[in-house]
Amino acid sequence: MEFLQPATWEEALAMKAAHPEAVPIAGGTDVMVEINLDHRRPETVMDLTPIRELTEWGTDDGVLRIGAGVSYTRLIDELGDRLPGLAIASRTVGSPQIRNRGTVGGNLGTASPAGDAHPPLLAADAEVELASTSGTRRVPVREFFTGPKRHTMRQDELIAAFLVEPAPGPQQFSKVGTRNAMVIAVCSFALALDPARRRVGTGIGSAGPTPLRAVDAEAFIAGELDWDGRRPPSDATLSRFGELVAAAAKPIDDVRGTAAYRRHALAVMSRRCLAWAWATPPHLWGGGARSAPEGL
Amino acid sequence: MRVGESVQRVDGPSKVRGTFAYSSDLHAEHMLWGSTVRSPHPYARITSIDTSEARAMPGVHAVLTHEDVPGMKLYGLEIQDQPVLAFDFVRYGGEAVALVAADHPEQARRATQKVRVEYEVLRPVTQAEDALRPDAPRLHPDGNVTRHVKIRHGDQVARADVVVRGEYEIGMQDQAPLGPESGLAVPDAEGGVDLYIATQWLHVDQQQLANILALQPEKVRLTMAGIGGAFGAREDLSMQAHACLLALKTGRPVKISYSRPESFVGHVHRHPGRLSYEHGANTDGMLVYVRARILLDGGAYASSSTAVIANASCFAVGPYRCPNATIDGIVAYSNNPPCGAMRGFGSVQNCYAHEAQMDKLAAALGMDPVELRIRNAMETGTEMITGQKIDGPVPVAELLSRVSSMPLPANVSRPLPVYGEGKGGAVGPADLTAMPGGVSNTTHGEGVKRGIGYAVGFKNIGYSEGFDDHSTARVRLSVIDGRPRVEVHTAAAEVGQGTVMVQAQIAGSELGVNDIVVLNADTRVGSAGSSSASRQTYITGGAVKAAAEAVCQRVLGLAQSELHPASELRIENDNVVGGDGRQIVPLATLLGDAVIEETREFHPRATHRLDPETGQADAHMQYAFAAHRAVVDVDTELGLVKVVELATAQDVGKAINPLAVQGQLEGGAAQGLGLAVMEEIQVQDGVIRNASFTDYLLPTILDMPPLRMDILELGDPNSPYGLKGVGEPPTISSGPAIVAAIRAATGRDIRRVPVRPHDLTL
Ligand SMILES: Cc1cc2nc3c(=O)[nH]c(=O)nc-3n(C[C@H](O)[C@H](O)[C@H](O)COP(=O)(O)OP(=O)(O)OC[C@H]3O[C@@H](n4cnc5c(N)ncnc54)[C@H](O)[C@@H]3O)c2cc1C
Repeated sequence: MEFLQPATWEEALAMKAAHPEAVPIAGGTDVMVEINLDHRRPETVMDLTPIRELTEWGTDDGVLRIGAGVSYTRLIDELGDRLPGLAIASRTVGSPQIRNRGTVGGNLGTASPAGDAHPPLLAADAEVELASTSGTRRVPVREFFTGPKRHTMRQDELIAAFLVEPAPGPQQFSKVGTRNAMVIAVCSFALALDPARRRVGTGIGSAGPTPLRAVDAEAFIAGELDWDGRRPPSDATLSRFGELVAAAAKPIDDVRGTAAYRRHALAVMSRRCLAWAWATPPHLWGGGARSAPEGL
Repeated sequence: MRVGESVQRVDGPSKVRGTFAYSSDLHAEHMLWGSTVRSPHPYARITSIDTSEARAMPGVHAVLTHEDVPGMKLYGLEIQDQPVLAFDFVRYGGEAVALVAADHPEQARRATQKVRVEYEVLRPVTQAEDALRPDAPRLHPDGNVTRHVKIRHGDQVARADVVVRGEYEIGMQDQAPLGPESGLAVPDAEGGVDLYIATQWLHVDQQQLANILALQPEKVRLTMAGIGGAFGAREDLSMQAHACLLALKTGRPVKISYSRPESFVGHVHRHPGRLSYEHGANTDGMLVYVRARILLDGGAYASSSTAVIANASCFAVGPYRCPNATIDGIVAYSNNPPCGAMRGFGSVQNCYAHEAQMDKLAAALGMDPVELRIRNAMETGTEMITGQKIDGPVPVAELLSRVSSMPLPANVSRPLPVYGEGKGGAVGPADLTAMPGGVSNTTHGEGVKRGIGYAVGFKNIGYSEGFDDHSTARVRLSVIDGRPRVEVHTAAAEVGQGTVMVQAQIAGSELGVNDIVVLNADTRVGSAGSSSASRQTYITGGAVKAAAEAVCQRVLGLAQSELHPASELRIENDNVVGGDGRQIVPLATLLGDAVIEETREFHPRATHRLDPETGQADAHMQYAFAAHRAVVDVDTELGLVKVVELATAQDVGKAINPLAVQGQLEGGAAQGLGLAVMEEIQVQDGVIRNASFTDYLLPTILDMPPLRMDILELGDPNSPYGLKGVGEPPTISSGPAIVAAIRAATGRDIRRVPVRPHDLTL
C-alpha cells in the first residue's frame, strides 16, 4: 500500500490528479472500518489530516464556509449556535472518540444514505465545494448524492468545504436507532425553517438509496404555517406534514428495521420536529447560547 | 487479602490503561499466521477441495484440509459430531473447511481465497420445527433431535379453575466477548505442542486436542492467555486445533486471531427458542399445573445442547411450587449457526416464558403479580418438578418482597421544554439522555409512558446429571527473602469474573499469610473444570480451601509443642499464634528452607441423571436465585425504550469478594437487558446478516441504568463458606422484568425478544 502525505492543499490536489485511485483519509472512521472488514483494499491512501485549510472555517459574504476536515466535536463547540440542526445531528454521531475524529467531509465522501450530516445539510440547502487542479466547483448537496454510497465527485477531485447559511430560523434533527447512543440511524429527519423567506427545508436519512428531501411536504407546510401570526399548526396539519414526509421516503426492509416502520417513524419524527421548531423563540433560532462541549 | 473483603483485581489497572496483553497480542519469533477457509453455504456437499494454487502463493507455508487431521476428525463437548475441518458436508454458513499458514496475516487471508472448494449446494433446514418433520434431511446419523427431555410430574391430566396460555419466541443472542478467539501454538522438538490460549476450560481443550492431534495429553500443554471475556463462547474449541495442526505441520509457532465477523461464526451462541406454555391455577392463585413445550434450535452441531435443554426443562416453571407438570424440552439440529453455552444456560429462555405466564395469570385472576409469585414461591423443602426436594436457603418470596419494596425512581420523563439552553446544545431539552432515544432527540416527552415489571428466576450451580464435578488446587508455602509466601496453582480459567482474587482471598484466609501469589493457570496442575455454570468460586474455591487447610495443618504440626497442641494454634499475619492470639513463632523462622506443598481435589455432592421417561432425579447440586424489578419509559409512538432503573435482590450465600459480586450483578443485568431490547444475531436462510458490532448492538452506558442491589448472604450449609454461585442469576430475570415493564407501559402482548421498535408500534 502506498501512503501519500501531502503537506499543502495544492500538493494534495496535484497528488490526487496524479493518483486518481488514491483513497483520501480524513478521520479514518469509515476508511479504517472498511479496510478492517475487508470491504476495501486500497492500493494508495492519501492522508488529508496535515492540511490546515481543511480544518478551518470562516464566513464569506454571510455564508459559512466550513473546511471538510472540521470534526464533529468542533462543529458542536464552535458552530453549534449558528448551525443548530447540524449540531444536533453531530451529537448523535457515534461516540466521543468518533466525534473527535470524524468529519463532515468524510461523511459526504462515504455518501451513505445513513450519514447523519446529510439530512441537516439537505434541509439547509448547503453546497459542497469540490476542487481539483483544474478548478473549483460548488454543487448543491441536493444534487450531490447519486445512489447508495455514490456521489457526483470526480476521481481527480477532493472535497474542500461545505457552504451553508447560518440558521435563518429554527432547525431540528431527530434520529431513530435501536439503542440510546452509538447507533446507525434506522431513519432520521432534519428540518430547517426560514421564516423571512417563508421556506421550509427537509432531509430524510436512511430511508432510501440516498438521503432525500420531502419536497411535497416542504411545499405543503410552507403554505400552511402562520408565518405572521405564529399560531401553532393544527394537529391535522402536523399529521398531513408527517404523511407527506413518510410518502417521500423510499425505504427497504433490512437488518436495522422494516420499511413500514421507517415510514411510520418518519411521520412521527417530522411532526415532532415541526412542533419543536415552531415553538422555538427567535432568540434561539441561529444565534442562541453558545453550546458547551458535550459531556457524553 | 481475606474472604469477605472487597479487593481490586490485579489486572484492573493494566486493562484500563490498555497495557494488558490479551491473547490477540501474543507473539513469538518467526511465527506464522493462520487463517481459515470457511463455507459460504449453510448446507452443501463438498465435491472437491483444490489447495494447489494457495500453496504456491508467496509466504504460504501450509494449506491443510480434513485429510491432514491425524487423529479424531470429529470433536464436541458432549457428542463428537463437529468436524475439525469439514469433510463430505458443510452444515452451517461459516464452517471451517481448510487452513492456511503464511508469514503475514494478509498473505494467509489472500491464500484462503485461492483454496478452491467445490460445493453441491443443498437446501438448508433453517427452522428447528422443520428439522423435526419426518421428511427433513437427516443432518446427523442419529437424526435431528439432539435431545428430548421429558418431565412427567404428578397428575398428567390435572384441571384448574383458571387457565392461561402463551407462545414465546427468543432470538439468538451472542456472548460478544470483546476479545476475539485467538491463541498461539508453539511446536516443541519432540512432536508436542504448547498452546497459549484464552479458554474457559484448559483440560477439556487438552483432551480434545490430544484426540485430534493423535498425541498423548502430556504432549499438548496449555497455558491460559489474557482473556477478553467468555460468557460461554469459549467452552468449545474454535481455533485451538487449527493453530496446533498448522504449528505441528510447519514446525513454526502459529498464531490465529479472528476478526469480529469471523468471531460471530467461530463460536456458538445462545439457543433461540420457541416456547408454548399452559398454566393452570386455582382461584386463589395457587398453581395446579404447567404444561410446556420448549423447542430450542441447536444449529448444526451439538456443542452443549443436551445440557442446555436439560436446564430449560428442569427449570421450566420457574422457582415456584407446582404439583403437576408436563414438560417436553426438545433441542434440534438445523443448518443455523451452532448454539451452546451462554450465561444462564437454558434458564434464560424459559424465564421469559414462565414469567410472562405468571403476569398473565395475575391479570386473569385480578391479582398483584408480585403477590401471585410470592404465594407460589418455592421454599426450602419444596418438591421441584423433577422430584428433587430443594434444600438450603430458598429465599424466593424474600427476594421478591425486597425488590418490590425498594423505592421507585423519580418520574424523570415529565415533558421537557421543547427548546432550551441545556447541556451541550443551544436547542433541545436539558437532559435528552433521560429520554427514550437518548441524544438522538426523538422525544421531549411526547408519547412516553412508564411501566414497571417484575421477574424472578433460578438455576443450578455446577455440573449436573451425574457429571463428576471437581477441581484441583496446589498450595505451596515457602519463605522467600525472609517472608513467608503462598503460591496457589490451579487450572481455573480467569475469564474476567475474578477467580484469581477469590483464590488469593481463600488462601489468605486459611493460611494467615500476607504474600499470596496466584500462578497463571495451565495444565501442569489437575483440571479445575470450566469457568462456567457459576461454579468456579464454589468448586475451585473449595479445592484451594482444602489444599490450604492441609498446608495449615502441616505447619501447625511443625509448630506444636506440649504447651501448645496444634488444635489450639493458628496462623495470623505471618505468625503462628496461640489460642489467646499471642505469637508463638514467626512462620519464616519456623519454616526456614522447608517447603510445604499440598494438592487437593474437591468434589461437591453427587448428582444423578434425569430419568429418560419422567425426568425425575436429584439432578442438580445447588440452586441460586435472583429477582429483578425494571422501570422503563417507552416512547409508545416510536417504540423506543429507555430502561430507567433496574433493581435486584440476589442471595449469594457469602460474598467472597463483594466488589466482584456487584460487578457480576451489574454485568449480568446488562447482558439480560441486551437480549430484552437489542441483542440479536439475525439469521436469514442460515446466514448471519449482522456479524459485526455495527449491527449487532450491545447496550452502552446510556442504555444500562444504575442498578439498585440488595445482596443477601444467607449461607448454604453445604458449600465452602456458605457461598453460592453468582455469575448467571443476574442474566436470567433481568430481561424478563424489562419485558414485563414494557408490556405494562404499552399494554401490548409482547411474545418475542428482543423487543423491536416495530413490535411496539405497527
Ligand atoms: C463506531 C463508529 C460509529 C459511527 N457512528 C456514526 C453515526 O452515528 N453517524 C454517522 O453518520 N456516521 C457514523 N460513523 C461513520 C463515520 O464516523 C462518519 O461517516 C464520518 O463522518 C466519517 O468521517 P471521517 O473523517 O472519519 O472519514 P474517513 O473515514 O476519513 O473518509 C470517509 C470517506 O470520505 C472520503 N473523504 C474523506 N475526506 C475527503 C475529502 N476531503 N475529499 C474527498 N474525499 C474525502 C474518504 O476517501 C472515504 O471514502 C461511525 C463510525 C464508527 C467507526
